[in-house]
Amino acid sequence: MKALICIGHVPDTTSKIRFTDNDTKFDTTDIQYIIGPYEELGLTRLLDIKDAGTDLHITAINVGKEETEATLRKALAMGADEAVRVNADATDAFFVAKQIAEVFKTGGYDFIVTGKESIDYNGGQVDGMIAEILGLPSVTGATKFEIEGNGAKMEREIDGGKEVVVASFPFVTSAGKDFAKEPRIPGMRGIMAARRKTLDVKEPVAQVLKTNVSKHFLPESKPACKLVSPDNVEELVRLLHEEAKII
Amino acid sequence: MAILVYTENFDGKFKKSTYELISYGKEIAKVENSEVVAVTIGTVDAGVLNELSKYGASKIISVKNAELNDFSSQAHASAIVQAAKKVNADVVIFANNPNGKAISSRVAVKMDAGLVPAAVGIPSSLAPFTVRKKAFSGKAFADMVITSDVKVLTLTQNSFKVIEAPVTAVLEDFNAEISADMFGAKPVEVVKTTGKLSVTDAEILVSGGRGLKGPENWGMVEEMAEILGAATCCSRPVTDLDWRPHHEHVGQTGKVVAPNLYIAIGISGAVQHLAGVNGSKVMVVINTDKDAPFFESANYGIVGDAFDVVPKLNAAFKKFKAGN
Ligand SMILES: Cc1cc2nc3c(=O)[nH]c(=O)nc-3n(C[C@H](O)[C@H](O)[C@H](O)COP(=O)(O)OP(=O)(O)OC[C@H]3O[C@@H](n4cnc5c(N)ncnc54)[C@H](O)[C@@H]3O)c2cc1C
Repeated sequence: MKALICIGHVPDTTSKIRFTDNDTKFDTTDIQYIIGPYEELGLTRLLDIKDAGTDLHITAINVGKEETEATLRKALAMGADEAVRVNADATDAFFVAKQIAEVFKTGGYDFIVTGKESIDYNGGQVDGMIAEILGLPSVTGATKFEIEGNGAKMEREIDGGKEVVVASFPFVTSAGKDFAKEPRIPGMRGIMAARRKTLDVKEPVAQVLKTNVSKHFLPESKPACKLVSPDNVEELVRLLHEEAKII
Repeated sequence: MAILVYTENFDGKFKKSTYELISYGKEIAKVENSEVVAVTIGTVDAGVLNELSKYGASKIISVKNAELNDFSSQAHASAIVQAAKKVNADVVIFANNPNGKAISSRVAVKMDAGLVPAAVGIPSSLAPFTVRKKAFSGKAFADMVITSDVKVLTLTQNSFKVIEAPVTAVLEDFNAEISADMFGAKPVEVVKTTGKLSVTDAEILVSGGRGLKGPENWGMVEEMAEILGAATCCSRPVTDLDWRPHHEHVGQTGKVVAPNLYIAIGISGAVQHLAGVNGSKVMVVINTDKDAPFFESANYGIVGDAFDVVPKLNAAFKKFKAGN
């Protein structure tokens, strides 16, 4: 069985967010990059399945320029078998989806896993776009994933509950919370092994961009927190009613 | 031209967030001088459908195919695109909820359109089509430009007001062309969390963290929720420890919420927690540690022991509610 897992290269969750070039670009100075938390869960689950004895070959893929290779190497260190980098800036979801769909077509893969959303532009569109481009079924925001027969059984959260979904290969799914419990931390052995694994670089196929970011903003700074004494909680009720007008 | 809004129904009913979508669409339609068309899939009574006209939907397309009772993003997207083409929609709007997310990306591909997910306000300009969205998990915003002819958006819940703008609506039944091969991913079981107000629908959330020490102490949290008509939620360690059910987990890796009021009890305010709640209109924090990071983001705070403060606050809320 062959899986393709999309690995997002995103700023560490604790990063201080700043912009440059007249607020048109994200300022990468001093930013530590990580694998997107959802992709990390996705990869962890695939590795768990593999370790439990399923014959599964895992290819990690990223659309990004050279600086994203360290993140792909980390996926290899976690245990992915090989990696592919499509050499282009990942600025538009449609563009990214098109590149991944293209790699899928040539690699004989059975399924694709993405993260539920990236933590930079919080898109969460790529899974559905890849599926639609390829004409495949998809399960967005899966919270459980089991290989079953010639496909997989998944759970996904819906508004007001959850549903159990089955899909036969080939399909696309995006990993949400609880896809795996704790993300795997690469060990020394994994890190050494990752150096010898294949990281293939492919050039992108043409695709017109459909979106771009014209400007970034930081949220307006909130006024300082108003403190209320624990011995005067009625004051908090009054403030919420009269000042905030929220109750 | 038309603004098409996908109005998902929940057991034949709409939610407040559905009307937010119509109001949002109406606002764009006014600027572009077009109309709002709602499309719904499944069985909804005419009276309920007509509610949509109160907020400005002048045409309501009801897709009746029985096979669409099973959710398939592929089939649902196909039906919505057929409706969109029929009314010549140039903007298609979805809720930024699980099904809205699953369908909208497919609709974008089918219509060769750019998609902006999780928009937080009406477009600041229609040419170029520019709309603001949250970025970096609420730590920033980005103005996104869509350059394609058709634009697809998902709207963040509680980011746009419901505005009454009554019109007379035309109701139209529609049979979409759906083929069996669109059901490659098939729901085999649906489990509803019944009875309780859901975390994403609630306008007030009372949230507990590790500072509450154990699941046996949630009685006062539930009591506060009860008094305020709120839902309860919690920080990640709390669900990791199985003190509370997983659907209550909010934050970067849990649910992203934007209630009018968020009350955080015994939660430190880690960035990953704030990432999921910083869209709240007003935040209150109760924490023993005056240096807890949450105080920097909250509007109101009490430095104190939850086990002392919360019962007193519950009494005060009760008194307030009784007097109003
Ligand atoms: C990639 C990643 C993703 C994450 N995603 C999430 C997420 O989605 N959601 C999330 O919540 N976290 C998330 N986290 C974890 C996050 O970093 C914090 O660890 C977590 O939010 C802390 O939870 P807490 O505030 O309940 O617990 P603590 O940090 O342990 O805080 C407990 C607080 O309670 C206070 N307290 C103690 N006793 C009392 C008392 N008697 N009365 C009042 N206050 C008291 C303490 O002063 C303290 O501030 C994530 C972390 C990572 C690395």
